[in-house]
Amino acid sequence: MASTPIKLSELAVGASATVLQYPQQDATFLRLREMGLLVGTRVTLVRTAPLGDPLELKVRGYHLTLRKGDAAHILVEPAP
Amino acid sequence: MALPSHIAAPPTASPAARAPVYALVGNPNCGKSTLFNALTGLKQKVGNYPGVTVEKKVGTTYSQHGQPITVIDLPGTYSLAARSPDEAVTRDVLLGRRSDTAQPDRVLCIVDAANLERNLYLVHQILDLGRPVIVVLNMMDLAVQAGLNIRVARLEKELGIPVIACEAVNGKGLVELRLAMSRPDLPLARHAWGVPAPIAPAVSEIAASLVENDLKLPLIARAEALLLLTDQDSVRVSGSVPLSARTTEILQSWQKRWAAEGTDWAGILVNSRYEAIGNLATEVVLRAGTVGPTASDKIDAVVTHPVWGWLVLGVVMTLLFVSIFTLAQAPMDWIGTHTALLADWVKGHMPAGDLRDLITDGAIGGVGSIVTFLPQIMILFFFIGLLESTGYMARAAFIMDRLMSRVGLNGKSFIPLLSSYACAIPGIMATRTIEDAKDRLVTILVAPLMSCSARLPVYLLMIAALLPNDRVSLVAKVGIMLLMYTLGTAGAFGFAWLFKRTLLKGAPPLMIMELPPYRLPGVRDVLLQMLERAGIFLRRAGTVILGISIVLWFLAAYPKAPAGATPTQQLAQSFAGRAGHALEPVIKPLGFDWQIGIGLISSFAAREVFVSTMGVVFNAESSEENTAPLRDALKAARWPDGRVLFTPLVCLSLMIFYVFAMQCMSTIAVVRRETNSWRWPLFQTLYMTGTAWILTFIVYQTGRALGF
Repeated sequence: MASTPIKLSELAVGASATVLQYPQQDATFLRLREMGLLVGTRVTLVRTAPLGDPLELKVRGYHLTLRKGDAAHILVEPAP
Repeated sequence: MALPSHIAAPPTASPAARAPVYALVGNPNCGKSTLFNALTGLKQKVGNYPGVTVEKKVGTTYSQHGQPITVIDLPGTYSLAARSPDEAVTRDVLLGRRSDTAQPDRVLCIVDAANLERNLYLVHQILDLGRPVIVVLNMMDLAVQAGLNIRVARLEKELGIPVIACEAVNGKGLVELRLAMSRPDLPLARHAWGVPAPIAPAVSEIAASLVENDLKLPLIARAEALLLLTDQDSVRVSGSVPLSARTTEILQSWQKRWAAEGTDWAGILVNSRYEAIGNLATEVVLRAGTVGPTASDKIDAVVTHPVWGWLVLGVVMTLLFVSIFTLAQAPMDWIGTHTALLADWVKGHMPAGDLRDLITDGAIGGVGSIVTFLPQIMILFFFIGLLESTGYMARAAFIMDRLMSRVGLNGKSFIPLLSSYACAIPGIMATRTIEDAKDRLVTILVAPLMSCSARLPVYLLMIAALLPNDRVSLVAKVGIMLLMYTLGTAGAFGFAWLFKRTLLKGAPPLMIMELPPYRLPGVRDVLLQMLERAGIFLRRAGTVILGISIVLWFLAAYPKAPAGATPTQQLAQSFAGRAGHALEPVIKPLGFDWQIGIGLISSFAAREVFVSTMGVVFNAESSEENTAPLRDALKAARWPDGRVLFTPLVCLSLMIFYVFAMQCMSTIAVVRRETNSWRWPLFQTLYMTGTAWILTFIVYQTGRALGF
């Protein structure tokens, strides 16, 4: 009953998802993973900034911001 | 200095003759500075790591028996895989790679209890170092509020090292922490962490090479090998010992092999650490059901709201500026009168002569004109600290990021640039929160284009001379003033855009920013930081300011005019006057004569000095409250051929020149410190003053052609 994978940037405000995939061998996202957003981790899109970008995400109980352009590289599976 | 492994003893067995040196490390926003201040109080020394613009903070605390213990406060980081020079310093000090700082004997690792898993990642890396570690579980109160029950004893047992529950803000747990720090026999962590299979052979090979070729201790070598594998671009900073060629070769051959196989080696390491942390967390953290939205969530619903968010930002910034200008006024006046009193006192106690004038007019007068700005600078430091410690700073960056990204910067540049409307110095010093070196440099380069408060008296005088009629509507005056602020702002963003496209281009790094929970500000921490930054400014800029003040005084005082000459005559024939004459061919196309030239030169002390210099040049007594006599003197000024000097067009040109020109020695001194070279302040002075000249030339010549 897995739903279709979408980009993290396409997640609706308030919705949660599980990280499916990062770009292959791209060191750019290493810090994000070191901060606990791993493949399999649940993430919630809390809100977007007043101008629509960046995104405010909730991961492992804390909040972080990520730009839409960067989030578009991360594939997630929306939680039902 | 690394000793061959058979000579150096393991750290736990080091003789008790010397008290151990602790390194304090932790994630950003976990209360690290609060703990450092609580432990060391005022016994802190703030400097810089040689070769990099990273603050080095060392403090002294005392053991239960009154023995001094040294604590090094290392820059906060989420991981030892460095992404910025600050983080590289933390990594290199802990690994003993820096020649200027000995490897600390023990590590104090502060952890946000409400955010345990992410914080334990850094702890996990640090346990690899093979040094005794004490874990400080800070913000236990917040963890409880978040519905988390942390079994401290269990964590202690699992890790095999002391874990101290603590609330640094109100001093809870400090006694226990001191007790633990005083222990002569801290245990090493029971840290059975197996390196994942595909990586393990590489780690052993690199570690072996580190022992053999880089003379590392075996314990550290394993930790360093693991870190080398996750280092993204191995941020190297000046002062750290480079890796041997052999080790680099081995590292690169493994990386090549993995890349060909499609092995995500860094990712495997991170996952494996989080797996270990996850197992630990399930043992240690008990979740007391789900809790509703926290106070922080409720505040954020307003503060980052699409409509209310802007309103809050506007109110906060307005409040900031209103208080800077109102609160600073009294101390500024006080400093002004007291430097004058001091100068008078010296005058009364010294025989008349050049030495007396050097002290009163050169040193006291010159330094006084900068120190006058100190209250403003300190209030700004205080507010920036307040914004940081409450958590609002991150929200302002979150809201402004979209706009700042238009010119290639990120939201973190917003507060430094905004602060520069009051004074560029705190703004430039606040850029340290920007991790990306290029973004930080661009912000520093454009910050002085924001019209600072020292330009205000110049604008006011010029507007008075431009629109001398008192009946001219206030709207016109305000309009011109706004135009100048807009010009400077547009210039700053335009140049930021240009620099990011040309000089400092490059793929922007991933912009990740934590939005920490809101907290009540730690007033003591904010005050300490304010004093510390003001001290740095005075020490670093002080010598430059004193030196240039004396030079400027000398230029105006020599050579001596014949006895009985007025100050106006004296200045006219002084070196400064001659410099004004020498400058005249350059500034004549802008509509300025040599007398204005003197004003431009003297502005290097502080831009507002232009006003008092004009007073001397045109022999007009005036004060800040009443510029009318000076205004009238300016109106009466003529070129030798009888043309009016201060035509409305010249006044406007002069204002535009002041918007863009770099004329502030304090800023130059601070940029020198923050960029660690003379190259950037020099470049900044040239590009700003060049732009000022070109734009003023265009405006003046166009105006002339149109018949103004």
